[in-house]
Amino acid sequence: MHKRKEQLAPYLFLAPGFLLFTLVMLYPIVRAFQISLYQWAIVPGTASKYLGLHNYLRALHDPIFWRGLENTGFYMAVTVPAQIVLGMLVAVLLDGKMPARAAYRTLYYLPVVTSWVVASLLFRYLFIGQGGLVNSVLHTNLNWLGQRWTAMLVISILGIWKGIGWSMVIFLAALQGVPRELHEAAAVDGAGAWRRFRAISLPAIKPVVVFVAILLVIGGFNVFISVFLITNGGPLDETQVLLTYMYRQAFSFLDFGYGSAISFMLTLIVFTLSLVQLRVFRRPAGTA
Amino acid sequence: MVVGSVARARTVLGARLLVLTLGLAIVIVPFVYMLATSFKPNSLVLEIPPKFFPDQPTTKNYVDAWTSNQFSRYFLNSVIVALATTFAAVFLSSMMAYAFARFRFPARKLLFGLLMLGLMVPTMMLLIPQFLLAKQLGLLDSLLGLIVFYTGGNLALNTFLLRSFFQDIPPELEEAMVVDGAGPWSRYRKLILPLSRPALATVSIFTFLASWDEFVWALTIINDPNRRTLPIAIALFQGEHSTSWGLVFAASAIAVVPVILIFVTFQRQFVSGLATGALKA
Repeated sequence: MHKRKEQLAPYLFLAPGFLLFTLVMLYPIVRAFQISLYQWAIVPGTASKYLGLHNYLRALHDPIFWRGLENTGFYMAVTVPAQIVLGMLVAVLLDGKMPARAAYRTLYYLPVVTSWVVASLLFRYLFIGQGGLVNSVLHTNLNWLGQRWTAMLVISILGIWKGIGWSMVIFLAALQGVPRELHEAAAVDGAGAWRRFRAISLPAIKPVVVFVAILLVIGGFNVFISVFLITNGGPLDETQVLLTYMYRQAFSFLDFGYGSAISFMLTLIVFTLSLVQLRVFRRPAGTA
Repeated sequence: MVVGSVARARTVLGARLLVLTLGLAIVIVPFVYMLATSFKPNSLVLEIPPKFFPDQPTTKNYVDAWTSNQFSRYFLNSVIVALATTFAAVFLSSMMAYAFARFRFPARKLLFGLLMLGLMVPTMMLLIPQFLLAKQLGLLDSLLGLIVFYTGGNLALNTFLLRSFFQDIPPELEEAMVVDGAGPWSRYRKLILPLSRPALATVSIFTFLASWDEFVWALTIINDPNRRTLPIAIALFQGEHSTSWGLVFAASAIAVVPVILIFVTFQRQFVSGLATGALKA
């Protein structure tokens, strides 16, 4: 009697949460692929038409899909290195004894906890062409948000501004795992700060750097809210990224099949990266 | 020699502080400008050239946002959704975490693997099938639709974080309770939960903030203006009144200030939870 209770217990503890998880997460994962194979009928009572892989082929011949991929790539090329370098710089400066360390860390982290919606509107306002703060400070008269690359640049700057605090916190935690004695010994031998960083800190935290890089690339593929609220893919689809294009196909044109195909391709890419990350980082060095 | 190195250490510290402070200024300026704009009279938010601080600050934007633009209602909606989600998600995931941390059973690995799938899948990928599901379930255009899907979406990360915390609780404590005849439920209630307050606080804060700030799902399923949460209210408001930036930023401040207060108050749990979560993933 007692033993049976102990055997049943884990299932009873799991049941409510896992049922909900299955309903709203697992089932939609399966459905996402299924929907992408159809010309999905949104009107009740009409049949969806099976298309096979047509929606995927359509994407490969869709210039705006490719442009979205390009813009997503641009966003990653700008934001990933910048977040790593700047986050590392702040982490290194904050590592070790210094006054007001916690206060600096908190303030650098503030953009991370600020909502994407508020941050996006704020950057849109800062980069307004006529009467925007940035133009006025730089003495320029650029129509930042009206052209493809300057608009993508603004969106990328927002991504960097919002992301530095996150990479900084991870790097700082990793740096604190580097034995201080190594630094002291190297300092006695006359190694400067840069050499100590290159020869001691960086090799020790390299796995964490790669880990952060992979997560940032995944995050880059998922860029959506900032683009949606700053340019909404415009002008004329010039600044579409994969997810804004997916959202438009699904919820403006009600083409759920095509939207699903786009997001499924994105998921395959992200998934591959996640698996690589799991393989390499079962347990990164420098953590308990 | 010793004097020289002290002086050198001081110079280095000074340089570090200088660079950190300059960087911080750039990070903080947008916030300050947002607050400054929220206190400007509406006719002045797009002056040319722009002034950073208003000459005659006014709280009119805050009063207008709160009273004539229904932001009090949106604030209340956000509070209801975030609190209900936090309660449900932390409760359900702490139970799952207990099962994974303290029991050996067939299918344990498989179920945990499926749960981790939820961490890897981009939430945006699920948007279309979740929308169709919510439609079938009659959950479109309702706060319940937000709560149910936010709860489901937060389970994987919470369970993952809580499981690793529960595993670190010494098993001897639980064995002692078993000897005294305590069943699984009372061990979970009277031992695991009370000992895990810091971890529960961390996941509660994460869940609360995630649902407080959530935008895309709310934008997709909410049509009725009375059921808007703050993020969609702010975004749509900006779209509807494209020049009322003072009002937009007053509303933004109303939404952001609670988040910043929570973060500053609990920042230790926050940062450590984030770092362990990320490094252990």
